[in-house]
Amino acid sequence: MGSHGIKDQVAIVGMGCTRFAEHWDKSLDDLIVEAAGDTFASAGVTKDDVDAYWLGTAQSGMSGITLARPLQLEGKPVTRVENYCTTGSEALRAAAYAVASGAYDVAMAVGAEKVKDSGYQGLNAYPIPNDGTARTLTAAAMFSMVAPAYGKKYGVSEDELSEVLARISWKNHQNGARNPRAQFRKEVSTETICASPRVAGRLGVFDCAGVADGAAAAIVVRAEDAHRYTDKPIYIKALSFAAGSGSGLIDPEYDYTWFPECVLAAEDAYRQAGITDPRGQLAMAEVHDCFTPTELVLMEDLGFCARGTAWKEVLAGTFDRTGELPINPDGGLKSFGHPVGASGLRMFFETWLQLRGEATPERQIDTDRKLALTHNLGGYPGEMVSFVSVVGTELG
Amino acid sequence: MRGIVSVAGYVPYRRLQRSAVAQVFGNGGGKGSRAVASHDEDTTTMGVEAARLALRAAPTVVPDGLWFATATPAYLDKTNATAIHAALRLPAEVPAFDFGGALRSGVGTVLNALSGDGSGTTLVVLADMRDGMPTSADESAGGDGGAALVVGEDSPGYPAIAEYLGGASLTDEFLDRWRTVGDRRSKTWEERFGESRYVALGEQAWASALKTSGVTAEEIDKVVVTGMHTRSTKALGRKLGVKPESLVDDLSATVGQTGSAHVGLMLASILEKSEPGQLVALVALADGADVLVFRTTPALADWSPSDSVADQIAGGADLPYGKFLTWRGMVTPEPPRRPEPQRVSSTAAWRNEDWKYGFVGSKDRSSEAVHLPPSRISMKGGAVDDMEPIGRADSVATIATYTIDHLAYSPSPPIVFAVLDFDGGGRFPVELTDVEPDSVEIGDRVTMTFRKLFTADGIHDYFWKAKPLRASAAD
Repeated sequence: MGSHGIKDQVAIVGMGCTRFAEHWDKSLDDLIVEAAGDTFASAGVTKDDVDAYWLGTAQSGMSGITLARPLQLEGKPVTRVENYCTTGSEALRAAAYAVASGAYDVAMAVGAEKVKDSGYQGLNAYPIPNDGTARTLTAAAMFSMVAPAYGKKYGVSEDELSEVLARISWKNHQNGARNPRAQFRKEVSTETICASPRVAGRLGVFDCAGVADGAAAAIVVRAEDAHRYTDKPIYIKALSFAAGSGSGLIDPEYDYTWFPECVLAAEDAYRQAGITDPRGQLAMAEVHDCFTPTELVLMEDLGFCARGTAWKEVLAGTFDRTGELPINPDGGLKSFGHPVGASGLRMFFETWLQLRGEATPERQIDTDRKLALTHNLGGYPGEMVSFVSVVGTELG
Repeated sequence: MRGIVSVAGYVPYRRLQRSAVAQVFGNGGGKGSRAVASHDEDTTTMGVEAARLALRAAPTVVPDGLWFATATPAYLDKTNATAIHAALRLPAEVPAFDFGGALRSGVGTVLNALSGDGSGTTLVVLADMRDGMPTSADESAGGDGGAALVVGEDSPGYPAIAEYLGGASLTDEFLDRWRTVGDRRSKTWEERFGESRYVALGEQAWASALKTSGVTAEEIDKVVVTGMHTRSTKALGRKLGVKPESLVDDLSATVGQTGSAHVGLMLASILEKSEPGQLVALVALADGADVLVFRTTPALADWSPSDSVADQIAGGADLPYGKFLTWRGMVTPEPPRRPEPQRVSSTAAWRNEDWKYGFVGSKDRSSEAVHLPPSRISMKGGAVDDMEPIGRADSVATIATYTIDHLAYSPSPPIVFAVLDFDGGGRFPVELTDVEPDSVEIGDRVTMTFRKLFTADGIHDYFWKAKPLRASAAD
C-alpha cells in the first residue's frame, strides 16, 4: 500500500489553450477543436497518433462522445471524467497514469467547458433529484465564511483583511492584464476592488473568479520518448489527489481557516516529487483562487508560509509575479477565467509556457528554479476535492 | 371528564402595520397591526410550530390522533396533517386527518375532540392565513397564525387544565361569506344581513350552552366572540349579559382574525392568563354559532406555556407592505438571476422522512459523533451501522459562523446562512429565518423551526431552518 507517484515516468510534450472568455460565438465543439488542434501541432502529431483520450468536462456534455464527435476520432478509447472543478486535472491524471502503466504510448487530456450558454451568471450545477434538504448556497457564500474565520483566528481586523483580499485580486488582475489568453485583461485598482458590489458575505464581484468558456489540452508520453516530440518536455514529478469525506460541514472541530484536503494533497505531492522546501524550490505555482480568501488560505495549506502569516506575505508582495514565489502568474481563475473542466489543464499550460521560457517577455518569470506546482480544488470548505501536481524541466 | 390538557398559539414573527396600506394606496388599512406568515411559512408549518409548543408544555403526551383544520390548506387531495405528524415524529399508528375548507372547520374540530366518546387524547391543530385584495377589509382585518390543543380525558398522567363543561351549536344555511375554489378573495353579502343572522344564532346558542353547562352569564370570568363578521362579534358581545370586564381582547388590533385558527389562538391566549377555578367561554360565529364553556382546574397552576401568545405578540417585527404583497403573491418583483430549484423527489423525501421532517440525525455509539444528516458510517472512527437516531429539532444551537448570499435563489433574497453547533453535539449549516441580515453575530443562539423552502411543480419543500432564540422563547 502506498502512494508512489510516477515521478519522471511521463512527460508533457504538447499543449494548447484557447483564450478564456465569454465566447458567445463559439460552441463547445469549436473550443475543443481549437485547443486540441493547437495541442496536436505543439507535439507534432495527428489525432491518429494519439492512442487514448480523456475529456474533462463538468457539465457541458456526457461520455467520451463529447470529444470523439467534434474531433471525429475513429474507434479510439475516449473517456469523459468529472470531479467538480478539478475535472481538467483529473483528465490529465488519468492520461498520465495510462501512459505510465504501459497501456498506451501516447495519451491526450482535454478539458473543456461551455459555461456561458446557461443564461445565468456564475456556475450552476446539474440538478440531481434529491430530498430537498441540501444547501442551495452559491460557492461564493460558502467560501465567504473563510475570511471572517481567518481574521478572528489570527487577529486580523476587518479592514486589514479587506486590504489583503484586495491585494490578491489586484495581483491576479495585474498578471491577467499581461496575458493575451486571459478573460480580464485590465488592471484594477484596490479602491475599485473594495468598492465592488457584494455577492456574499464580505466578498464582492472582484473577489470572485471570472466565469468563462474555454478549453485546454495536453499530450503525454513516456519520459524516455519525450525528445522524439519536443526539445523541452515538461516532466511530471507528482500527481496527488485527496477527496474529503464531507465531514467538515458537520464536524464542530472544523474552523473554516484551512482546507484539510489541500494539505493532504500537497503533502503527498511533495513526497512524490521529493520537495522539502516548496517556497525555496518552486519557480511558481498556479493555485485555485476561486475566491480571494481561498488563495489566502492556500498559501498556508500548500506550505508556502506558516499558519497565520499568509496575510502579511500577501501584503509584502511575496506572491507577486516578481516576488519570491510567483502565484498565478497567468492571472489565475480571478482574471484568466474559470471554465470548470478546462481550468486544471490551463494551470498546466502556464507551467508549460513559463518553465519553457515561452511566456511573452513582459510576463515571463525567472526560471532559475526548475519546478512548478499546480493546485486545483473543487467543492466547498468542509466538502472538497483537491489536486496537486509538480512538474519540472529536468529529470531527477 | 374531558378537557384541554395543553394549548399553544403560534403567531408568526412579522407584522404589517395597517397604516402602511394607505401610505401606498392612499386608502385602505386602518389602525393597529396584523400578523404575517413569513414567505417560508404556510398553514402546515404554522401548525407544526403550534403543535410543538403545545406538546412541549405537556411533554409526556403521546396523542391518539392528530386532527388538522384549516381554511387555507397547502395541498388539496393530499393530507396536510401527515407532514405535521412527521415533523412531530408521531408513531405511524397515530392517525392524522385534515378538516378543511370552511372557516367553521376549526371550531368544529375542537368541539368534536372535546365532546368525543371519552376515550383517547387528540392533538387538534389549527392554522390559517387570511388576506384579500390590496386595500380590502379582509387584508387588514385578517391575520396569520396557528394553534394547537391537546384534548383528552382528565387523568393523573394527563391532567386537564380546563374542564369542558359543555356547549351548543346551531347551524343555518345562509350566504354571508364565500370563496369560490381557486379564487384569491372572499366575497361577502351585505353586512347587515349577516349581522341579523349571527346575532340571533349567537344569542340562542349562548343561552343553550349556559344551560347545558349549568352556569350563568354573570358567573363567566372570561369570554370572547370570534368570527370574520366583526360587526356581529361586537354586537353579540354586548348582548351576552356578562360582566363588562369579562369580555377579553380578541387580538384583532395586534394579530388580526386568524380565521379557522382563531378559536384555538384565543383559548391559548385566555388560558395562559387565567387562574384555576375560572369560567371561560368562547363563541364562534361561522355559518351558525358554536359555544364552548370551560372551567379551569387546579392543574392550570402547574402548567405554563412554552412560548406564550402574549410574548409572541410582543416579539414581532414590522414588515414593509411591499414585502407583504410579494409574499402573498400579489406583486412579483425581479427574481434573482439564478435557476429556480427543481421539484423535490418524492421517493428521496420518503426515504429520508425522519431527517427531512423530524430533523433526526444519527449518533455514533462508539465515538458519540453526531451526524446531520444521519450517516451509516461514522466520520469519527469509521464504525459501520452502529448509530442511534438523535433528534435535534428541539435543541438550541450557537452560530459558529455565517454569511449572507445575495446571489443564490430564494423566494425572498438574500439568504442568511449560518453554521450551527448544537447543544449536546452536532453541527449543521442551515438557512436562518425571521431575522434581520444585519443583526446576525457569531455566538448568537438559535432554535430550529419547520419551514417551507420553496415550491416547485406544486410540491412544497418542507425542511428546517433556524431562527434567533428570542427572550420570549427561552425556556
